[in-house]
Amino acid sequence: MIEAFLELKELVKIFGGGKDTVTAVNHVNLKVREGELVTLLGPSGCGKTTILRMVSGFELPTSGKIFIDQEDVTTTPPNKRPTAMVFQNYALFPHMTVAENIIYGPKIHGISNQAARKKAEDVMKLVGLEKLGNRSPSHLSGGQQQRVSLARSLIMEPKVLLLDEPLSNLDAKLRVSMRLEIRKLQQRVGITSIYVTHDQEEAMSLSDRVVILKDGVIQQIGTPLEVYARPDNRFVADFIGKANFLNTIVEDVTPDGDVTINLLEQKLIIPKAKKSFKKNNKAFLVLRPESIILEKKKPDTITGIIREIVFLGNQMTYMIEIAKQLVTVEMSNPQECESFENGEEVSIKLPVKCLHLLPWEEEE
Amino acid sequence: MLFLDKEQQGLPYFLVVLRFMNNDRNRQIHEITGQLRLIWKEPILFLLILLIFYFLFTFVVFPIFQVVKNSVYIGGKWDFSNYVAIFSKRYFIQPFFNSIILGIYTATLGSIAGFIFAYALTRTSLPFKNFFRTTATFPIISPPFIVALAAILLFGRAGSFTPWVKSIIGNYSIYGLSGLVLVETIAYSPTAFLVLYGVLEAIDPSLEEASMDLGASWGKVFTTVTLPLATPGIASAWLLVFIQSMADFGNPMVISGNYRVLSVQAYLQITGMYDLPRGSTLAMLLLLPTITAFFLQKYWVSRKSYVTVTGKPTGATIKNLEWYIKLPIYSACIIYAGIVLLFYGTIVYGSFQTLWGVNPTLTLKNYVEMFEVGKDYLYHSVLLSSIATPVTGIVGIFISFLIIRKNFIGRGLMEFISMLTFAVPGTVVGIGYILAFNQKTVLMPVVLTGTAWIIIILLIFRDMPVGIRSGIAALQQIDPAIEEASTDLGADSNTTFRKITLPMIAPAFFSGLAFGFVKAMTAISAIIFVVSGRWNLITVAILGFVDNTQYARAAAMSIILIIIILVALGLIQLFVNRVGKGVRMTTIIE
Ligand SMILES: Nc1ncnc2c1ncn2[C@@H]1O[C@H](COP(=O)(O)OP(=O)(O)OP(=O)(O)O)[C@@H](O)[C@H]1O
Ligand SMILES: [Mg+2]
Repeated sequence: MIEAFLELKELVKIFGGGKDTVTAVNHVNLKVREGELVTLLGPSGCGKTTILRMVSGFELPTSGKIFIDQEDVTTTPPNKRPTAMVFQNYALFPHMTVAENIIYGPKIHGISNQAARKKAEDVMKLVGLEKLGNRSPSHLSGGQQQRVSLARSLIMEPKVLLLDEPLSNLDAKLRVSMRLEIRKLQQRVGITSIYVTHDQEEAMSLSDRVVILKDGVIQQIGTPLEVYARPDNRFVADFIGKANFLNTIVEDVTPDGDVTINLLEQKLIIPKAKKSFKKNNKAFLVLRPESIILEKKKPDTITGIIREIVFLGNQMTYMIEIAKQLVTVEMSNPQECESFENGEEVSIKLPVKCLHLLPWEEEE
Repeated sequence: MLFLDKEQQGLPYFLVVLRFMNNDRNRQIHEITGQLRLIWKEPILFLLILLIFYFLFTFVVFPIFQVVKNSVYIGGKWDFSNYVAIFSKRYFIQPFFNSIILGIYTATLGSIAGFIFAYALTRTSLPFKNFFRTTATFPIISPPFIVALAAILLFGRAGSFTPWVKSIIGNYSIYGLSGLVLVETIAYSPTAFLVLYGVLEAIDPSLEEASMDLGASWGKVFTTVTLPLATPGIASAWLLVFIQSMADFGNPMVISGNYRVLSVQAYLQITGMYDLPRGSTLAMLLLLPTITAFFLQKYWVSRKSYVTVTGKPTGATIKNLEWYIKLPIYSACIIYAGIVLLFYGTIVYGSFQTLWGVNPTLTLKNYVEMFEVGKDYLYHSVLLSSIATPVTGIVGIFISFLIIRKNFIGRGLMEFISMLTFAVPGTVVGIGYILAFNQKTVLMPVVLTGTAWIIIILLIFRDMPVGIRSGIAALQQIDPAIEEASTDLGADSNTTFRKITLPMIAPAFFSGLAFGFVKAMTAISAIIFVVSGRWNLITVAILGFVDNTQYARAAAMSIILIIIILVALGLIQLFVNRVGKGVRMTTIIE
């Protein structure tokens, strides 16, 4: 059982009324440990921001409860909540300097100017903003503005830090370095954080756990590795990384959950399958493109025919037809690996550890 | 006046670099030859620019120049005695300060009312927002002095509320400063409202959320974020209402009593005393503060406004405000809307009364009589406004096109003169027109005074700000790249304008026209100087009825005027909705 520092219980948010009702958040349950960074990940409009805004107090849930540190804050107004938000567009006050922005919160809370400034210096050092205190936010680069926004939240020493796509306004390179920085900072300060993004790479690289949402419903909660290697459904598998789905039929199920399937007359055993299956059920075999190994054709193996080859420098991508289905295979370090011809029949090796089976879902 | 298409400056890159390195003289020569080449290539455009300059000089600069000249060139010689006397003579100094004081009160109250409305509409979940928005802006589409007429009907000597008010505050008179402040606040707060609505709407709501998130209460959010960010906008609104109040003629004419203001005094000096020098000097006293306020607004205040720093806005949110915040805001809105409705309702009610305050029997006779007496006025107003408005629109859009998109010698001057039309009070323009056009001059070899032409021309150039603003708004709808693409495909600027630019800007253009028509139909302060027995307008007629205390008839005529305006607006709106997205009123007013 998770010791919850922040807990969302059966959270529902319905917008509008009558014909244009939108259920933005649908029975969301989530427990976040103290000091943990949890990412809300999902496509646009799946309700990430709405959840964050309910935690910060800007939206009232239609139903459900929110607890922070055992305390029910569901209806506490935003200015009385122990949360601090880093806005997507930073929301820096344009009529104040960087330092004034940062000490805004402490001063609102009645801390003396001097004490606030001293505290601000520490925080600015922490995020690497020394010497920029007297600038106007509009004269800062995107990355610096981001840091100001972080500093302004951190100085409040909130119980929960909320970040709504904090990096989406930065260019790609900066985004990568900033996310490492945010992660380090978060770990150093040990602050419980919820981080919203629709960039799966970002989510994977900085979270303790990832929450994957679709249409306001949680699809899976797990560590980055878990959701990548053992996705709970087709949506998650597809959303996180690239995935091949092969249709198969379950041949046999043992009592302790090992599942045997048949793929092109070859039996494959998936040990301890995550989901429960029944004999003769249809199922999906989930294969990550980089986990498939190609070899020169050998007898008594699963074989496929190469239909397309794309060379990308650091990797080689093959489209392979297996059992009338197209499968993508990625081989890194193409200079080292064996190379294959278009149209060639090849043997396919599937490492047992990388096999993941999902129950059949009708395609949408 | 040579010109150069911006699009056609597309020299090869190395030439640009060369030009960059060359000294100024070389560049000038290059530009001049470039422009000469273009006169050759686009002679029509060149002629049009000349023509516009002629019009601007004759109908904008020349009349103002005449006012200046008449205040210092008296009886055939230079004479600065009027200016020397400004501080010693009561007939100068008193109206000057009176107008300023009136302006300050009106601007302050108008901005407060406008701000509360704008805040309620952008930041709260006030119900019936459309109703309140309409009420708050309604006075814009009626002649301003209708408010003064209503004030007389309500609070005047025979006013319906007079006994009641008297029982509370004792003896009072609606004629004077307080009455003026009341009616001008109602008449001009819509301007403040529209400006502030735009300002508050543009403040990124996530700033206020950030403030609240950091622990600020509503009051703190308001004083530390909302208000500071809105301050330049408030200053802007204040200055604009100040200008309108200073320049107002109709309301003071009706209700100022013994409180002398510049616009009315100037009018009386000129039309009553035929004292042109003194009238011109009063006009100058009116011109200076308004021009100052205008340039302050234009160059100082608008520079200080904060541009929100970053990208994707986080959709506007309506805060769950506490009842003790909502209550005063909502009450203020309801009370204010109630007052506006009361005033206009009184006009409607009054138009059906036999004799206001004496015989309240309902009757239609005012309308019948009004049609007998006033159908010519009505016809002339509609006719002349309908002629003037499209011309304003076309010239306005052409000027804005030249200013924004073209590069020619004299562009700065053209911009400046067009701006002058924004800032000069109607009274000054009216006086300028009678001084400038009651004789033949080099610029205008026929006498215009007494003709329909002088009215049409005055309406055109008084409305020019509307024309230019809507032109600018319209041009902003299109990406220059599209025009460049067309030019690139071989079209000259003429064809580009007709085939590409025009269709894209039509909706904005027509909603601009709608507002231009309203302004033409409700114009009074300048028009009153140029109307004649043969050509008179409905606003002047209404003012005449009010002057003769024929209030019921004046009310009936006002109602007809408002109905005509509403019908015209409705028709244009229908049309605009068909062709696409119009422009917001704010872009045109500010
Ligand atoms: N104030 C509101 N009124 C009505 N509907 C809303 C409101 N806010 C959000 N929604 C709707 O709720 C759903 C979820 O919105 P939300 O902003 O939480 O999505 P998101 O996951 O943050 O998306 P994005 O990645 O685009 O930011 C959307 O369908 C949105 O249109
Ligand atoms: Mg979002």
